[in-house]
Amino acid sequence: MSTSPQRRGASPAGLAPSAIDLDGVTKRFTTPNGSVYTALSDLDLQVAPGEFCAIVGPTGCGKSTTLTLVSGLERPSVGTVTVHGEPVSGITPGVGFVFQNDAVLPWKSVLDNVALGPRFRGTSKTQANAAARDWLRRVGLSGFEDRFPHQLSGGMRKRVALAQSLINEPQILLMDEPFSALDVQTRAIMSNELLQLWDLTRPAVVFVTHDLEEAIALADKVVVMTAGPGGTVKATYDIDLPRPRVVQEIRFEPRFVALYHQIWEALRSEVDIAYAQTTDVTRAAS
Amino acid sequence: MAAVTPLTKISGKSETVKTPGSYQAKVRKHKLLVHAAQLAVLTVLIGGWQLFVGNDSRKVILYGKPSGIVNQLHIWVTQGTALGSLGDQIKVTLEEAFIGFIIGTVLGIVCGIALGRIRFLAEVFSPYIKVLNSIPRIVLGSVFILAFGLGIESKILLVIVLVFFGVFFNAFQGVREVDRNLIANATILGGSRWQVTRHVVLPSAFTWIIASLHVSFGFALIGAIVGEFLGASQGLGQLIKQAQGTFNANGVWAAMVIMGVVALAAEFLITRLENRLLRWRPPQLSGPEL
Repeated sequence: MSTSPQRRGASPAGLAPSAIDLDGVTKRFTTPNGSVYTALSDLDLQVAPGEFCAIVGPTGCGKSTTLTLVSGLERPSVGTVTVHGEPVSGITPGVGFVFQNDAVLPWKSVLDNVALGPRFRGTSKTQANAAARDWLRRVGLSGFEDRFPHQLSGGMRKRVALAQSLINEPQILLMDEPFSALDVQTRAIMSNELLQLWDLTRPAVVFVTHDLEEAIALADKVVVMTAGPGGTVKATYDIDLPRPRVVQEIRFEPRFVALYHQIWEALRSEVDIAYAQTTDVTRAAS
Repeated sequence: MAAVTPLTKISGKSETVKTPGSYQAKVRKHKLLVHAAQLAVLTVLIGGWQLFVGNDSRKVILYGKPSGIVNQLHIWVTQGTALGSLGDQIKVTLEEAFIGFIIGTVLGIVCGIALGRIRFLAEVFSPYIKVLNSIPRIVLGSVFILAFGLGIESKILLVIVLVFFGVFFNAFQGVREVDRNLIANATILGGSRWQVTRHVVLPSAFTWIIASLHVSFGFALIGAIVGEFLGASQGLGQLIKQAQGTFNANGVWAAMVIMGVVALAAEFLITRLENRLLRWRPPQLSGPEL
């Protein structure tokens, strides 16, 4: 549970290459009115193969931007992003992305949605559908193949999104506050199911969340980011809670509480800074 | 209401859903009331018109009258029109409208999606499209008749020009309104640019495109009729022009009734198509249906 000092560059020689390696990454955006916004500055982050890494930080610290850089949807302005030893150019192969909002296609049935990845990659329709049925069974949606997404509850749509990503058997799974739109109970259930699904294929996960409890309950490693603009890694904490975990119950364990206290100390000051910024902005605007 | 009856189960098949008898009776009574009111409105309008014109021959020439219109339709059906059989006139006009409508719609969708997806094309063509859209395109009818003669081609061209822009702008806007998350998701799932266009952009834009088809078919009929006004040897537009030339108001109205029936039938077909293509949409009507 050591607060590891920020490491520079690639992983030490002799070890397998990191699944994800962000090295000195800065990302700037040009806003519509022409000014430049720095979302990330000099960010270093490594995620090992099969590791579950949670990123927490206040609003606007660049958590989501980190994910878009790893997925290849965006390019860093400065620094390098390496995935499995290869620099990212174009959409990173072997990556799955679960979005905050529904990103399943509303005009396709549940089955067609899940079969989409294999179909895009040239698998025959029969094979893709068979694989899709298999994954729907794993996420507990057998019997819903012919429904359209709007006929499902929010939790069920999330499961479709998970199956849609996992069917490609990604080595890296990026999740951008995937459960934030769900109610508290559904969220806990989904967290548990996520851990079980993760166990099936063991991809490296980067899980972005506002919720520290969720982060600790799920992850092997929690990364706290500083307040934006120009967010970067403030500290990294190893979570040494044993697996398998039951998300609803783990929070009562003394070790969990101790970790929570420790990480919250680091997070709180950043949240305060971010909050002060937003209230400054509103005060200046009014 | 929702607490009493599980109305929208999956689709809009509300007839198959069991509802308590009293509720059903209420719905039936309401429907009956609406139909009775509709009939009353029609009776007042038609009857008022008939009484207002009466047997005054000057008024008949100026305004026509319902019984005269029915009479005129009867004559056209049984004895044919001055231009030939009524069926032929309808056929010519519909042919112009349909061919033009289909070509204009396809062109509009293809161009709208191409310009919506490829920024460079949009930047190059945007001034031209703005200019073309701002001119009153109905005038092009004269140009087409001069260039392509009195036949069916000039009308089809006019219909294409009228239909194209409506569909084009809707398709273009539809592409720009596609949820970026959906595109990002499909891209990460492995979709190529064409696959993303085919599976994400096109279906999403179709909500917009379909909405434009209702209006566009109206434009298609207008184009065909106006084209025939401007110069033709056959068609409903020519029929109307002749009736107008011979002070036959009943003839003008009768042709209009035929157009109305055709337009309603087309509207029905487009709505069917809409329901088929957009059946994935949740029922989300917040106002009364029309």
